[in-house]
Amino acid sequence: MSAIIKDKKNNLSVPIYLDYSSTTPVDERVAAKMAECLTKEGVFGNPASRSHSYGWDSEKLIDEARQNVANLINADKREIIWTSGATESDNLAIKGAAHFYKDRGNHLITLSTEHKAVLDTMRHLESEGFDVTYLDPQDNGLVNIEELKNAITDQTILISIMHVNNEIGVIQDLETIGKLCRENKIIFHVDAAQSPGKVKMDVDKFNVDLLALSAHKAYGPKGIGALYVRRKPRVRLEAQMHGGGHERGFRSGTLPTHQIVGMGEAFRLADIEMEEDNKRIKKLRDKLWNGFKDMEEVYLNGDLNQRIPGNLNVSFNFIEGESLIMAVKDMAVSSGSACTSASLEPSYVLRALGRDDELAHSSIRLTIGKYTTEEEIDYAIKLISESVTKLRELSPLWEMYKDGIDLKSVKWSAH
Amino acid sequence: MAYSNKVLDHYENPRNVGSFDKEDVSVGTGMVGAPACGDVMKLQIKVNDEGIIEDAKFKTYGCGSAIASSSLLTEWVKGKSLTEASLIKNTDIAEELALPPVKIHCSVLAEDAISAAIDDYKKKRK
Repeated sequence: MSAIIKDKKNNLSVPIYLDYSSTTPVDERVAAKMAECLTKEGVFGNPASRSHSYGWDSEKLIDEARQNVANLINADKREIIWTSGATESDNLAIKGAAHFYKDRGNHLITLSTEHKAVLDTMRHLESEGFDVTYLDPQDNGLVNIEELKNAITDQTILISIMHVNNEIGVIQDLETIGKLCRENKIIFHVDAAQSPGKVKMDVDKFNVDLLALSAHKAYGPKGIGALYVRRKPRVRLEAQMHGGGHERGFRSGTLPTHQIVGMGEAFRLADIEMEEDNKRIKKLRDKLWNGFKDMEEVYLNGDLNQRIPGNLNVSFNFIEGESLIMAVKDMAVSSGSACTSASLEPSYVLRALGRDDELAHSSIRLTIGKYTTEEEIDYAIKLISESVTKLRELSPLWEMYKDGIDLKSVKWSAH
Repeated sequence: MAYSNKVLDHYENPRNVGSFDKEDVSVGTGMVGAPACGDVMKLQIKVNDEGIIEDAKFKTYGCGSAIASSSLLTEWVKGKSLTEASLIKNTDIAEELALPPVKIHCSVLAEDAISAAIDDYKKKRK
């Protein structure tokens, strides 16, 4: 861990980790359970082995984990399919349902601010001849229900709307959307990678048919996820991975016991500790936002109230995002989403909210988690305020703004 | 993104930040780029009666490489004649700062900025 330096003066380890929506460390209690499923003294057996106790022991742990995951979303454990993560779950759900139900219709609806795991899967289906509607959200990031209603045709077979947006943290009104889907006999898929431990999920209350989950956003290990597949009324899928017929044929491949046990334990803890953690995290988030919201030309992206407690996505006008991230190098944060920050494009999520390119370019995402401390938040406020002031002194746009020039009236030389 | 030490040095300690009065006849101003593209550079040169750039200032909205490219440029143009300054190439800047390929456009913008500043100065003198 050579990159992590102890800042003696502030008694903090820098860079301060404020990127919990990107991934989380594994909870020590989770790691301890996982470690029991690896070595020859542990439960290492193949859960598909029916002829000896090594297999049975493994199967028992997997069964408990399945129950823990089901509990968190109010499902039956027989409705949980293990996958490698939310990306695979999204692929299996959307392609699997589209292929199975293609005789019923060829139209799918989603949101332009979905994760790439959904958007890219939809693009792939378009290349196979399916018709996809990408709805833009309102400027607060939430779905416009009327627009969604109007987009439905007699050909619509599936609607995919995420629960919590990974960049701006807004929570969609799944209850209303789920009701709409059920009334129109449309399959409702939800990417819920960002929900566990942050916001309550109830597949029955929300009429969800398919739900993608991931362990590593909720203090579980990377490389494991799940897909919820409704039994009543039964939702069918065409398998994407063929082989030994594991997971009732939906997803072949030997089950990784240690990973599954890790996910199960992480979700069990999330269920118990969510409320307390969220109270503390929200307090820290509010402190952080209050620490710099009164600076000039600072914008919060996405609705403040319909939002998970740990997320702040902020645009500092007249400052370019990458230079801001460089300036706050003692903080681990992201500009746009981590999956796309290798490109120079501004965030497609912020663009879809109708934010100007300038504001989309100047955004950073700060996400707080259960290991964040008050000292870290104090440090972050100081660092952000100082960096913004410094970079604005460097910014010709800030100078023009201060001189009262309307930047929209300037004829720029695009390059 | 891993930046070179030279980029980091210019980014952390930018040289010649500021502005001259752009109405002054001895000042040439070049403003290039666009906010929507994520880069805007403003470069100003102060030219004496012998046609030598006496002083230079910049302000840049953009990534670390864009800030470093314009900071370096202000150092290089000082003491040069307009003709000498116009010969600075983006490749010289990119090489000096060891810019990665995705950041070459920052050095191109810096080259555009110096030529725009020289043009502005010459227009004022006509």
